[in-house]
Amino acid sequence: MIEARRLVQTFHAGRGKARREIRAVDEVDLDVAEGEVVGFLGPNGAGKTTTLRMLTTLLRPTSGTARVAGYDVVADSVEVRRRIGYVSQVGGAFSAARAGDEVMDHGMLYGRSRREVKARGKELFEQFQLDGLWDRMPKTMSGGQKRRLDIVMGLIHDPTLVFLDEPTTGLDPQARANLWQHIAELRTNRGATVFLTTHYLDEADALSDRIVIIDQGRIVASDTADNLKNEVAGDLIDLEVADVVHVPIAAETLRAVAEPPSHGIRGVEVDGTHVRARVRRAGRVVPGLLRNLDHDGIVLDAIEVHRPTLDDVFLTLTGRSLRDAEAGHRTSADGASGAGDAADHDSSGTPVLTGAE
Amino acid sequence: MRFLRESFVVFRRQLRMNLRNPAWVIIGMMQPVLYLLLFGPLLKPLVQQLGATNAYTFFVPGMLAQLGIFGAFFAGFSLIGEWREGVIEAERVTPANRTALLAGRLWRDLIQLLVQALILVGLGYAMGMDAPLRGVVLGILLTLAIGGACAASSNALALTTKSEDVMAPIVNMVMMPVLLLSGILLPMTIGPSWLIRVSDFVPFRHIVDAIRAAFRDDFSSSSLLAGSLWAVSLLALSLWWGTSTFRKENP
Ligand SMILES: Nc1ncnc2c1ncn2[C@@H]1O[C@H](COP(=O)(O)OP(=O)(O)OP(=O)(O)O)[C@@H](O)[C@H]1O
Ligand SMILES: [Mg+2]
Repeated sequence: MIEARRLVQTFHAGRGKARREIRAVDEVDLDVAEGEVVGFLGPNGAGKTTTLRMLTTLLRPTSGTARVAGYDVVADSVEVRRRIGYVSQVGGAFSAARAGDEVMDHGMLYGRSRREVKARGKELFEQFQLDGLWDRMPKTMSGGQKRRLDIVMGLIHDPTLVFLDEPTTGLDPQARANLWQHIAELRTNRGATVFLTTHYLDEADALSDRIVIIDQGRIVASDTADNLKNEVAGDLIDLEVADVVHVPIAAETLRAVAEPPSHGIRGVEVDGTHVRARVRRAGRVVPGLLRNLDHDGIVLDAIEVHRPTLDDVFLTLTGRSLRDAEAGHRTSADGASGAGDAADHDSSGTPVLTGAE
Repeated sequence: MRFLRESFVVFRRQLRMNLRNPAWVIIGMMQPVLYLLLFGPLLKPLVQQLGATNAYTFFVPGMLAQLGIFGAFFAGFSLIGEWREGVIEAERVTPANRTALLAGRLWRDLIQLLVQALILVGLGYAMGMDAPLRGVVLGILLTLAIGGACAASSNALALTTKSEDVMAPIVNMVMMPVLLLSGILLPMTIGPSWLIRVSDFVPFRHIVDAIRAAFRDDFSSSSLLAGSLWAVSLLALSLWWGTSTFRKENP
């Protein structure tokens, strides 16, 4: 469904001396199969929206190629547009118009008749629990309702491939859970392929078959959430040693089982009375480890095993936690850009589309 | 066919939004009335000096051009709001023709302009304007052409700048010389020769001259042809510019 090769997008920010080139998307390769739900995960400013806008024909790639739904995004952009739905970060309805009118007008731009889009629109309103909101203005809707309306607009022409840009940002937990369910149903009920961006780890985890992680314009990983956690991050074993003099022996014992390349991933860390290491499968390591510690007469206060989170994955891949990456991006963008309006929009947190234009 | 359909969908959506705010519609209609009632009488005693015989035959064409040019200059501002709400992106991601996306918006501006023009001409006749029907029709067509050109350019500028703060000074910078050098309020011919020569370089002046010639029924005048050519060329150029901004988003 999506096949991108070495996609690049560069922007220019700042003026005069401060002018510099931003490689927002840097040689991105993507492959998405029919029926797959792919989560595109990355911190603020990682290049998610920019990638999406290239795949949806809104932005011409600086270089590289992409085929979407069987057609080239540059040469056959109209054919691509016919087959895809795109729900942007800010939606696409006039906030002061009637919701139903907006949905119908949008559908009619795909060449559908008025009767057709009306029937389809009503059906989708029902499916997305928007009954009774046909005549309401989007600006009077709740965040969750507005977002569902945006998705309905993106589905009005029955696309086989749907792009969702941060579908749940700004929603409360309940509205998010509700929307997740609807997104999951896109595939089960309609067989649609879904490509969604998010900076929530739990969201990528809950919704997608496969997760593609982007950081500073580059793809750093692409696999199922489970594989990423097991292979990239691994389980964390955390020993708390009762007597501090035993710490070196405990570390040595752990090292024997948790050093790369056997089961371990990054070696052993010591922190006070804590000795920690990440291993691929804790279940394979812990029984032997305990036997050895017992044999050496080392007393433990506690032993904990943590299953990894996607944040651990991100940390392993980039050396930063996802949350730090967000914060770091914001401050560096503020400091460096000055005249660059893109970064200004970005940091102000307004619902403006990341100054991407 | 497809083009008409698509631009009609865009047009209807735009019109619906406009009618939700009838204040603007009323202001738009009041404008020509006020100009004619409050400025026309001032011109009356001066009309001999301006080389015209009937104040309203001279004044109404100027007002038409003024409406066509300046009303349309501001058309783009609403597009920035649309862009912010994601409406433009959502339309651009559909297979609709890019010129149709622009044209739908222009139909809305042109209809408003047409209504204003009809009010103006009707009132002009009521106040004693003396102009043949064919001249009036041609004058209104020229007005629509120049109005369409200005609206399309304004839309293009809006999508290029994407910021009212950047766009407003640019529009003002263009408006001032156009207002002063196109002979909308007073004919350039009463000015010194250097000023006349400068105004020769302002296409809008030729268009204003052409509308006046049409209203005088002066169909043999070369200014009619020159002005019409200018109007059509500006329209074509600005349609091309406007379409290209809808086609590719400049980053
Ligand atoms: N039009 C533009 N001009 C200059 N820089 C831009 C433009 N659009 C995007 N950028 C920059 O490109 C980078 C990637 O932006 P993009 O919007 O793709 O990020 P994102 O991953 O979608 O972030 P977010 O999670 O905040 O939406 C950022 O550094 C951004 O500032
Ligand atoms: Mg984004």
